[in-house]
Amino acid sequence: MAQMTMIEAIREAHDVAMAADEKVVVYGEDVGYFGGVFRCTAGLQEKYGKSRCFDAPINEAGIVGTAIGMAAYGLKPVIEIQFADYVYPAYDQIVSEAARLRHRSNADFTCPIVIRMPTGGGIFGGQTHSQSPEALFTHVSGLKVVMPSNPRDAKGLLLASIADPDPVIFLEPKRLYNGPFDGHHDKPIVSWKKHALGDVPDGDEAVPLGKASLYREGKDVTVLAYGTMVYVAEAAVEQSGVDAEIIDLRTLMPLDLDAIVSSVEKTGRCVIVHEATRTSGFGAELMSLVQETCFYHLEAPMIRVTGWDTPYPHAQEWEYFPGPGRVGEALKKVMEA
Amino acid sequence: MTDDVSPLSLNVPEPGCRPGDTPDFSDFEIPRAGSVPRPPVDIDPDDMRDMAFSIVRVLNKNGEAVGDWAGSLTSDDLKAGLRHMMTLRTFDARMMNAQRQGKTSFYMQHLGEEAVSCAFSRAMRPGDMNFPTYRQAGLLIARDYPMLTMMNQIYSNADDPLHGRQLPIMYSSKEHGFFSISGNLGTQFVQSVGWAMASAISGDTKIAAGWIGDGSTAESDFHAAMVFASTYRAPVVLNIVNNQWAISTFQGIARGGVGTFAARGHGFGIASIRVDGNDYLAVHAVAKWACERARKGLGPTLIEHVTYRAGGHSTSDDPSAYRSKTEAAAWPLGDPIERLKKHLIVLGEWSDERHKQAEAEILDEVIAVQKTAEAVGTLGDGKAPSPRDMFEGVYETMPPHLIRQRQEAGF
Repeated sequence: MAQMTMIEAIREAHDVAMAADEKVVVYGEDVGYFGGVFRCTAGLQEKYGKSRCFDAPINEAGIVGTAIGMAAYGLKPVIEIQFADYVYPAYDQIVSEAARLRHRSNADFTCPIVIRMPTGGGIFGGQTHSQSPEALFTHVSGLKVVMPSNPRDAKGLLLASIADPDPVIFLEPKRLYNGPFDGHHDKPIVSWKKHALGDVPDGDEAVPLGKASLYREGKDVTVLAYGTMVYVAEAAVEQSGVDAEIIDLRTLMPLDLDAIVSSVEKTGRCVIVHEATRTSGFGAELMSLVQETCFYHLEAPMIRVTGWDTPYPHAQEWEYFPGPGRVGEALKKVMEA
Repeated sequence: MTDDVSPLSLNVPEPGCRPGDTPDFSDFEIPRAGSVPRPPVDIDPDDMRDMAFSIVRVLNKNGEAVGDWAGSLTSDDLKAGLRHMMTLRTFDARMMNAQRQGKTSFYMQHLGEEAVSCAFSRAMRPGDMNFPTYRQAGLLIARDYPMLTMMNQIYSNADDPLHGRQLPIMYSSKEHGFFSISGNLGTQFVQSVGWAMASAISGDTKIAAGWIGDGSTAESDFHAAMVFASTYRAPVVLNIVNNQWAISTFQGIARGGVGTFAARGHGFGIASIRVDGNDYLAVHAVAKWACERARKGLGPTLIEHVTYRAGGHSTSDDPSAYRSKTEAAAWPLGDPIERLKKHLIVLGEWSDERHKQAEAEILDEVIAVQKTAEAVGTLGDGKAPSPRDMFEGVYETMPPHLIRQRQEAGF
């Protein structure tokens, strides 16, 4: 075990995978010599050479498109989109090609690629450095969608994603790169180096895809969250005094529905929290599933706490970001019903 | 508005000929066969820039093979090539009819473009990979991919290797170096570059070939492919099939102000060359040259195959609504089958009688295969793929939600 930030854990996962399998190649914008704008690939080019880790032209469709070709050849590309906000030029390649390749060719060709992208707000990133586009990927059959919330999961989930035989969208909440963040932007942040979840196992211990983790046990209400919102929910529990059970979904597709159902059946209440905009966001799918599977156990209408249906603003960061205040209000409200 | 400035106007290019007009290709410059020299494969792309504005041609008007590019194939190769093209044309005609008879939903033919894929295929080696569009079935025919399997795919019957999941003609065969076809245009062009990069990363000797039509060069992925191929000097041959038409849109809409599609390669420092796409010998010679460049690690080549889409875009298209009915007949590069046939006759290796006999044999063969395929099933009639199959292969392992949906659907 070693104490690591999420950045270091992600870099470590690359390192472990590249050492174990020479088919793993890593590339993206500024990923090679410089080691990435967030340092997630630092040192990999020096260690594995330029043919295993290299800089790419600024062309997201090209990065994903070439990776699909490499995967068809037999390599395992782990590629980076510098910000999730910039994945859209590659959307055709992801949706029409990577996601469909196995199905349309009856497994004649497959696409074991991992597309990493820093995501989420809370960093004064404004419109194009803060978005959470997970719903654009969970809606696409053939993709897996993963979002870790701590260094231990980041390493284990990335290793599992690289080992996975199908394309994985790996969303990294950049607000959590250096330490957990509970939405209290006026307080100093704590580094992962002083946090239990910053204690990362050595070697290639994977965290299985499709399995949620029970972040906090509680009996009053189930909170479904992922990424930064896990810590926001925890802070909201402390402020509101509501004994909520917090489930960190970790993988959005395929979803661990069993974990959700058993929790909601126990608590009878459910609050869904995400940073992404509300309408047609992933929360709508979660709400539908809980309604379909837990209707007779529900004692109150479910509540979604999400980003507003606006582009992500700059000056109004903390009025937009669903912080512990808004989540706490939802917890109280769902208990009153 | 000041006096010295006139109102601006939008330039929208128009083809020279619309329905009712007399086709006129007099502006279309055709170099004499044999007039374009064959450079060494290690030539610097800068030193062959004129080749993007000329056309490599081997067969002259008399059916003789002339110039530096002649001699890449034996007469037996050429007879095999003729048979491949004739087979593809017959296959197309039968499948067009099958669609008209309601046996399948859709078909796209290669009429007039048979030389491009049939000849190119012969320059590739086993293990190389093509990333074709929907109009390169000659890559399969010339590699002896079973016609029966192609028809089963077109009919979406129980023996369809893609289990009824794909639209007709969207074939896939890793074994035959034929990447899974997608309906989304241009996507495979950049994937071919990635495949070639993977071969280079792995220290392999295999090469890739990308394919795109004239219209789809306007897609962003064309540009992405060129940038990546150039930057990483990928062992790839990038083929543009300029058949003059993108459904109803003439090639000038995609080409814009650039002289030729091949000239697009110059901005990327890619060796760029134009070839007579209806000249089987020229296509093969240029393909062989480009493949050798790629295989020797000398970098990518962009080839513009100049040809003409003699048929409709697809079974859903009526070209008489946007172009002259006589345009195909007026096309100055002629018909690829007729031209190779003439050459083989000049060589003393072929005759009109043998050609007629070959046509009859091929037709019999295609009809026999068609009967076998139709005995299995056609779309909506006979043995069909299992409905269970649509849930399979979305992922390697079926996730819980798909298992639930399959059960809900009752399969």
